[in-house]
Amino acid sequence: MNRPPEPAKRGVSLATREALWAFAFLAIPLAFFLFIRIWPAFQALWLSLFDWHADPSKRPFVGLEHYEQMLNDRLLLKALQNTLAYTLLGVPLQLLLGLGIALLLNAVTRFRDVFRAIYFAPYVTPAAAIAWVFSWMLSPNFGIVNEILSVFGIPPQPFLTKPSQALATVTMIVVWQNLGFQVVLFLAGLQNIPRDYYEAARIDGASNWQLFRHITFPLLNPVMVFSAVIGTIGFLQLFTQVVNLNFTDQGGPLGSTLTLALYIYQVAFARFELGYAAAITVLLFVIILSITLVQLRLLSRRVEY
Amino acid sequence: MKRLSTFLIYALLILGSLVMFFPFVWMFLTSLKPFAEIFELKVWPQAPTLDNYREVLFKTQFPRWFLNSLVVALITTFSVLFFDSLVGYALAKLRFPGKGLIFVLILSTLMVPTEMLIIPWYVMSTEYGWSNTYWGLLFPGIISAFGVFLMRQFFETLPTDLLDAGRIDGLSEFGVFWRIAFPLVRPALAALGIFTFLGNWNAFLWPLIVVQTANMRTVPVGVALFSSEAGTAWNLIMAASSLAVLPVLLVFLFFQRQIIEGVVLTGVKG
Repeated sequence: MNRPPEPAKRGVSLATREALWAFAFLAIPLAFFLFIRIWPAFQALWLSLFDWHADPSKRPFVGLEHYEQMLNDRLLLKALQNTLAYTLLGVPLQLLLGLGIALLLNAVTRFRDVFRAIYFAPYVTPAAAIAWVFSWMLSPNFGIVNEILSVFGIPPQPFLTKPSQALATVTMIVVWQNLGFQVVLFLAGLQNIPRDYYEAARIDGASNWQLFRHITFPLLNPVMVFSAVIGTIGFLQLFTQVVNLNFTDQGGPLGSTLTLALYIYQVAFARFELGYAAAITVLLFVIILSITLVQLRLLSRRVEY
Repeated sequence: MKRLSTFLIYALLILGSLVMFFPFVWMFLTSLKPFAEIFELKVWPQAPTLDNYREVLFKTQFPRWFLNSLVVALITTFSVLFFDSLVGYALAKLRFPGKGLIFVLILSTLMVPTEMLIIPWYVMSTEYGWSNTYWGLLFPGIISAFGVFLMRQFFETLPTDLLDAGRIDGLSEFGVFWRIAFPLVRPALAALGIFTFLGNWNAFLWPLIVVQTANMRTVPVGVALFSSEAGTAWNLIMAASSLAVLPVLLVFLFFQRQIIEGVVLTGVKG
């Protein structure tokens, strides 16, 4: 112990020194990830097996009862159906419009940055504020949107107050807000494609559609995968817009805009059934994980052409 | 033919821009109208007034909400920039046992949706007394797994010789990180910093849950609850919305290049 360090061990002590520095750098962040990110995920799993009580010693163990309860929960089924509808409607629409606008922008040379900035602006603004502005513009009696529609001879639409229109209306607003993100990604993807590919194909007599089909589309695939995955996760977790578009009747009218995330919030913080809410978050986790894995598999396979 | 299609493309782009920008214009115009005027649907305010702003600023707790949002977003941003680069640097440039495992562990947290963590966070906050405090508002965001991933990629591009030069000059490992490596990844820091700031400024779900009293609300939560109380006072809600949106649009205007590069960085090359 008291002997001076032997010169032969210098190499070892250097490596040890490096490792010690590394762990000093990592100490606080690792504690954060363990206690704020990883442990709570398991805790959610654990809580889902209990009925909630503020006093931890009075939380009765109910096993898988909450998972059984889900099978007969009509509101949960409604939330699941709605969330699926949001995703199936929103993600393709977002990708198509994003790609379309990016192709238009890629074809022009002037004001490209100005257009891109305008399309991107909604993406950085608070989703809550966006929702307030839209609920004002879409008001059935005083809304400017119906006023504009009337110019074209279209009768006033109820939009958010009619169950059959509400979900589609919310989807449009979310797509409006996310569009700029897709445009920026697709535009960058387009600009990464080497010009020579197009020139070579043109010499071979390829049409515009063939250029798109055989060069642009396959080379954009990685961007498409990324956008689709991010978009899907976003729609599966939809909450802020729905709540703020209909603050007096969250998820309404008649549950037509209710999402899984909003239902979790209501079960946990309006009904205070935290155990059951935790069980639904486990379901949400499983859905997000499996959809993401399937998407990554299906979509990235086509990169090898 | 060529000129016609160029004209058509610009026409479509301008039409799209109008759709994208109109809600902001309408929000701002409404915010300048007195209550009696807002249901008349005239585009321009007949008697423009700043009364709505005056009322939001002096008769609600909006200034306090603004301060809360600023405190939370700024502290989170600085904390994320510091800790994420520290971890990114260690993972990219230092050798130590368990490195691969730690990296995978951090990345795996990206797959867990926030909704799943929120219930345990809420339980923690009530048990430890974090509810309704600044610490309660900001603890979930002080380090970001995505940022670790981003910073690690950037530190990997730095030449090791440069860092060794600093070590030979007698800098400690922290000195090498802080004085040499950190300033060299400024573009990545700018992108990560702006996104963290905007993300926290716009955050809604967690602040809604962890805050109980009106004075601790952030801007989105404050205005959401205020607008449900204010009912049909759309002129006030639009003034409050303008005050919530304008700082963000200004940040965007100033840092547009970094923000757009940041999106490209994470999506296309990531």
